[in-house]
Amino acid sequence: MEPDLTTSIGPIQLNKPVMLASGILGISLDVFNRLYRSGAGAVVTKSLSTEPWEGYPNPTIFSVKGGGWINAVGLSNPGAENFAKMIEPNKDVPIIVSLVGSIPEDFEKMIQQFENCKVAAYELNLSCPHVAKVGLEVGDDPELVKKIVSTVKNSTNVPVIAKVGLGTTHYLNTVGTAIESGIDAITAINTVRAMAIDVETQRPILSNKFGGLSGTPIKPIALRCVYEISSKYDIPIIGCGGISTWEDAVEFFLAGASAIQLGSAIGDNWIDVFDEINTGILQYMEKKNYSKIKEMVGLAKKL
Amino acid sequence: MQRNYNHTTIVTIEKVIDETPTVRTLVFSDDVMPSVLPGQFAMVWIPGINELPMSVMISDESGKAAFTVRKHGVASTGLFNVKVGQQIGIRGPYGNSFDLKEGKLLLVGGGTGLVPMMRLLTHVKHTDDVTVLIGAKSKNEVFFEELANRLLTNNTHKVIVSTDDGSYGEKGFVTDLVEKHLNQTKYDAVYVCGPEIMMYKTVQSAHSRGVFVQASLERMMKCGVGICGSCCMGEDLVCKDGTVFDGEHLSQNKEFGNYHRNKAGILENY
Repeated sequence: MEPDLTTSIGPIQLNKPVMLASGILGISLDVFNRLYRSGAGAVVTKSLSTEPWEGYPNPTIFSVKGGGWINAVGLSNPGAENFAKMIEPNKDVPIIVSLVGSIPEDFEKMIQQFENCKVAAYELNLSCPHVAKVGLEVGDDPELVKKIVSTVKNSTNVPVIAKVGLGTTHYLNTVGTAIESGIDAITAINTVRAMAIDVETQRPILSNKFGGLSGTPIKPIALRCVYEISSKYDIPIIGCGGISTWEDAVEFFLAGASAIQLGSAIGDNWIDVFDEINTGILQYMEKKNYSKIKEMVGLAKKL
Repeated sequence: MQRNYNHTTIVTIEKVIDETPTVRTLVFSDDVMPSVLPGQFAMVWIPGINELPMSVMISDESGKAAFTVRKHGVASTGLFNVKVGQQIGIRGPYGNSFDLKEGKLLLVGGGTGLVPMMRLLTHVKHTDDVTVLIGAKSKNEVFFEELANRLLTNNTHKVIVSTDDGSYGEKGFVTDLVEKHLNQTKYDAVYVCGPEIMMYKTVQSAHSRGVFVQASLERMMKCGVGICGSCCMGEDLVCKDGTVFDGEHLSQNKEFGNYHRNKAGILENY
């Protein structure tokens, strides 16, 4: 049988396994359409909040000499209501709406605002490492995770994903809590809290001082996390963190991910990277005689 | 070792030139920035204040480049106030550049939009017939007129200034001058950089007559490298797909000349 790139992440069906990660390029429907045409199986929006956020002043991003990026954009976004209006005309693109908030009611309110939109899934950002009172601060609080996930699951029939990262509560415990509360899938991992100091001017470079490290340096860490989650729990996983080649993508499938997300690789290789990775995966499947992505998911755990 | 353009390089300001009461040119030495292409930009870090995208200005001295900045917001005022001896960080160059045609060229610039035009003038051929139109609100905001004449010493050329209030040069909007010139002369190419409405009208004037036209656009930028999405304009990302766009492409873009996005990414009218 000819291989194809379709994949399912629990209840979420995609034609291609490579998605745009949250926080990247995600503020216009026109750009989403362009990414979809360029080979993205889905696009995850910027994390949306109940009100518009300007984010931090520049510098908001720093290119690390050893590779990778540190960013503290500060979750700038037009707010859920404005964003929902913007994507209302969408027909074709599988859009996964990323949400941040401090209390369950924030999420409930935002989901109502997307009532008239075609949403493939919601991704709860429980792991942004550089904004107070949301993201990791929420993800690190098991009681809050429980309340948010169950509230969201009760407010929508659309599949719900939790995005976890490396905080003070072990991410495996956060995943466990999310699963008990009814989550449909997990995205792992977010950026890793980091910083950069300029030796000439002797000050932190990012305006927020701390940011999140992304790109190739965190790939082995993200891969380990996906492997650990899939070893401990029976939950669909989306791998995210430093993926920039088809080999990286396949590694994540073998570790237990059913799909992957890209972010920093777009800054390095631009939008063509979706097609390059899809093509590489397909050639690998032909060589190894796989017809579906799911045939290789988690294979590395069996050896 | 070749410099990775994404890595921040610290440079020291060596000279500050007052162009107008609100516009200054800051000169520095660097290996990379003196030879960037017209239309390309750098992300400029003013330590402790902000970081902003800046078109890279030419310098009379070899091995040097500059930034010409108008004080406006927090970031540009921070850069405007940088003194000789102070350090700033630069990364880049980023973006594409103007596609240089030969023959009769019309360059249109307003304010600091003249910066890429001055660099473009260092790339024209001696056989090119070059007309430069400089638009300003009033006499005390006119700059780079003498520089443009100097860069074109060996060319058949004209440098024409228009001020909105008529206090210097021709009276009226520079876009009216553009119309006049396009009616009189068949140009091989038109290049424009300045306020968006000026670019929009110039692009319309040239494109509707079938004249090749390119504009160097400006949008709010955070990363400059195609990650954050702040500078999106329709499906285009100004940092990666631009800053230079063809009139043909721009005429299909419904946001050009109409909207830009604020820091939260909300569309605002021009």
